[in-house]
Amino acid sequence: MDLLNAVIVLLNYTVIPALTYGSQLALGAIFVTLIYGILRFANFATGDMMSFGTMFAVLLTYYFQSLGISFGILPTALLTIPFAIFMMILYMLTIDKFVFSYYRVKKSPPVQLAMVSVGVMFVTQAIIRIIIGPSDRRFLDGEKFILKATEFKEMTGLNEGLTIKSTQAITIIVTIILVSIMFWFLNKTKTGTSMRAYSDNEDLALLSGIDPKKVVLITWVIAGILATIGGILYGLDKSYRPFVYFNNMLPIFAAAIVGGIGNPYGAFLGGYVIAFAEIFLTYAYKRFFIYLLPESLEPNSMIQLLSTDYKFAISFSILVIVLLFRPSGIFEGKKI
Amino acid sequence: MSFFQGNKMTAGYGDGPDIISSCSINVSRGEIVAILGPNGAGKSTAMKAMLGLLKLKSGSVSIDGDDISSLSPQDRVKKGISFVPQTRNVFAELTVRENLEIGAFLREDDINKVIEEIYELFPILKEKRSQIVGQLSGGQRQQVALGRALMIRPSVLMLDEPTAGVSPIVMDELFEHIIKVKETNVAIIMVEQNAKQALSISDRGYVLVTGENKFEGSGKELLKDPEVRRSFLGA
Ligand SMILES: Nc1ncnc2c1ncn2[C@@H]1O[C@H](COP(=O)(O)OP(=O)(O)OP(=O)(O)O)[C@@H](O)[C@H]1O
Ligand SMILES: [Mg+2]
Repeated sequence: MDLLNAVIVLLNYTVIPALTYGSQLALGAIFVTLIYGILRFANFATGDMMSFGTMFAVLLTYYFQSLGISFGILPTALLTIPFAIFMMILYMLTIDKFVFSYYRVKKSPPVQLAMVSVGVMFVTQAIIRIIIGPSDRRFLDGEKFILKATEFKEMTGLNEGLTIKSTQAITIIVTIILVSIMFWFLNKTKTGTSMRAYSDNEDLALLSGIDPKKVVLITWVIAGILATIGGILYGLDKSYRPFVYFNNMLPIFAAAIVGGIGNPYGAFLGGYVIAFAEIFLTYAYKRFFIYLLPESLEPNSMIQLLSTDYKFAISFSILVIVLLFRPSGIFEGKKI
Repeated sequence: MSFFQGNKMTAGYGDGPDIISSCSINVSRGEIVAILGPNGAGKSTAMKAMLGLLKLKSGSVSIDGDDISSLSPQDRVKKGISFVPQTRNVFAELTVRENLEIGAFLREDDINKVIEEIYELFPILKEKRSQIVGQLSGGQRQQVALGRALMIRPSVLMLDEPTAGVSPIVMDELFEHIIKVKETNVAIIMVEQNAKQALSISDRGYVLVTGENKFEGSGKELLKDPEVRRSFLGA
């Protein structure tokens, strides 16, 4: 019984939240890695682009609610996804046309494009500030829980409850579907193969008749889908704070680099590596050990390796360690 | 008039100096033509100019009588001109089969038949079809590069050092493959460092020095020419 209770504690406070957070990071990390692999620069506007897409989902959710449109037990925000993605892609393509393409045509070095993306980041932040402002907004409606702690306790007779929030289930399911479709597209379709070929050897791809404009376009479309859905899932799960996405770039870049920058599978797994590391290292294990240890040994401290204030330090440390010892990432596998 | 012609081509990189000047190369269908010359002579540059990868300052390129000097490389590929560059001539991160598929990117029809033909020509590629090309040996990679270039069923094939970095046995094998391709009525231009072997399978050869035609003639003539022998064949 105590063992079961201990397992439930871990599931409830670490595994499920880490799977959720990991999925959100994974989507961002794949976005970073795709842009890096195909357009060949580190996009520092990643976080704010995710915020930009989410902003439309928030605004449209309020609008739909005012019209009385809802999605039953599911969040209304899910209905807004196609519109938000559309706006996001439109924004990305506009930025690409007026900013990035100039440097791409000039064949500027990647560092220059990365610096340009910092500029895009500031512009994006300013636009978000003008449209929606900096304050915290909740836009989650519908059923909040799939499984409540009290229900679980009644069902099982355990002391500890297992809670599954609907946002957690939605995040994990949507991520699995989205990532599967994306990998299928990249690996099994002609267009997907041509994108990998372009990323691998641009000159030969051009000689084979691959149209670089089309590759760039599709890259931004996929990036827009990933950024918007990743951002919305994160916002639903926590709340929409426009500038928190900027902070999330550290774990997102860490995930992309842990996975081997340019490698989408690695980025996907990297998201979970970072999320689990962050949550396992900052979780206070006192309750867990109370169930496992005899009363005499019962811990009186929190048994927390690091305070949650240090969670970004964890991403940062992993990032540095990987760059020092395995700069190509910890996963084998092909690049995009 | 030959099938594929570069006439008095003069070109350089960007605003830099002319690398080739008044250089002429031509090839007919079912013919192998070798381009020889010391390192830095401009052999690769001449090929790139014929494909349109650099702009001609003067001269022209034509295929089957049509002037194609103003076409982009992609449009020349559509005209049936295939090119295997000297370096990075495969997609190292893709599988063998995917390399062939990309080679046929411009084809709208069913490419399975062409892929089967390539597998027949290069049986090793069939065996390794699902392997990542980066994991293949040098000789196998050159076969992938050739196979990729053949996917459009080209009428002109330009090969820049197709036997670079392979053992003598594999080199002979590759040359045999190239002869088989020639027998399908393709016009082949190849740059080669292994001058003797290249001339022995070529119908004609050109020797370029500092971007200009220095000698030209049939394979046999060049092999016999004492001056060519002394300066390029090391004998
Ligand atoms: N991309 C480039 N930009 C500027 N100069 C170049 C470029 N490629 C080649 N060159 C110059 O052009 C000249 C001829 O080069 P090219 O590659 O055509 O020689 P090559 O005959 O193919 O030599 P090799 O036998 O070594 O392959 C060299 O002096 C080289 O430095
Ligand atoms: Mg060369």
